[in-house]
Amino acid sequence: MNNTIKVGMADANVCKPPDVITTLGLGSCVGIVLYDPVKKIAGLVHIMLPDSTKIINNSNKYKFADTGIDTIIQDMASLGAIKRNLVAKIAGGAQMFSFNNNLEMMRIGERNVEATKNKLKKLGIPLLAEDTGANYGRTIEFYPETGLLHIRSVGKDRKIL
Amino acid sequence: MSELDLNGINNMQYDVLREIGNIGAGNATTALSQMINARVSMNVPKVELLEFKELSDIVGGAEKIVVGILFTLGGDIDGMMMFMMDKVASMHLVNILLGNLQQSEPTDDTEFSEMGLSALNEIGNIISGAYLSSLSSLTNLTITSSIPYMAIDMAGAILSVPAIEFGKIGDRALLIETEFGDMDNYVNGYFILIPTLNSYSAILKSLGL
Repeated sequence: MNNTIKVGMADANVCKPPDVITTLGLGSCVGIVLYDPVKKIAGLVHIMLPDSTKIINNSNKYKFADTGIDTIIQDMASLGAIKRNLVAKIAGGAQMFSFNNNLEMMRIGERNVEATKNKLKKLGIPLLAEDTGANYGRTIEFYPETGLLHIRSVGKDRKIL
Repeated sequence: MSELDLNGINNMQYDVLREIGNIGAGNATTALSQMINARVSMNVPKVELLEFKELSDIVGGAEKIVVGILFTLGGDIDGMMMFMMDKVASMHLVNILLGNLQQSEPTDDTEFSEMGLSALNEIGNIISGAYLSSLSSLTNLTITSSIPYMAIDMAGAILSVPAIEFGKIGDRALLIETEFGDMDNYVNGYFILIPTLNSYSAILKSLGL
């Protein structure tokens, strides 16, 4: 039986074959897939904001790039994934509206992507592929069996990373 | 009691917020109805406190293709106002407005003409203006709105923009949502008012709560 595990906004989950893990309609948020190719264990976190230290109310760890990545690594470790095996693929961080007067709001997608990359770099997790930026939403599905990330967008061909 | 605590909104506050949705959307629906010269009805507004992962369920799922017209609010209150329609419904609306009734049935893959996009932007502008001006006269607060920002994409992706603003202050979003539609459900959509937490307090205070 193969289930599709759905991950919502500011949420995360882990996945093993034959199941598939997905998050729908990523906008300025970033979907971060971490994957242990040896054990075939995947984790997906859907972060909304770059930095937990800049926000007072930060009880949901999955909301931020920094704490989200830390927490999903722990979740995956409890399933048997090994941290030094991990690789990453990311998608999202779009700018959905072309705001012309609010720089901070405009760059949130870009900042989410930057923060994600910095965090991965700090942890020494290689970023294998990304589909980020631009101005459209993305639905992503990750197959831990093959290690491939499928990306769908409105009016665009399916991408496979 | 004007402080609003996301974890403990009382019934009175809920009722007042629902009434705000009622009056705002009522005016907006009237404006829309006059524009297309047809009856447009609306449902009872919902005031919902949602976790982010539930957010896109309110408009029928994260992957539904919608047109979102977003306004950022300023003046005495901060926040966002979003006017959201199914892509197909918005094409119906544009066709009615521009008198293109001979055109073939629109689908999610149909592209808007430049004229259509511009008309849609203006529709968003007029009816959101009707919503906000009634809110402003009800509360005696000055509410200014940005120009309309439009995006046509998956509902989840569009809603991520207001969600992120809310994410900065908490783990849930409080919104006032009203669904509207004409008799044939040809033209339906949502008004979503998303004030910041402080602005909720300002609104409640202005009404003597």
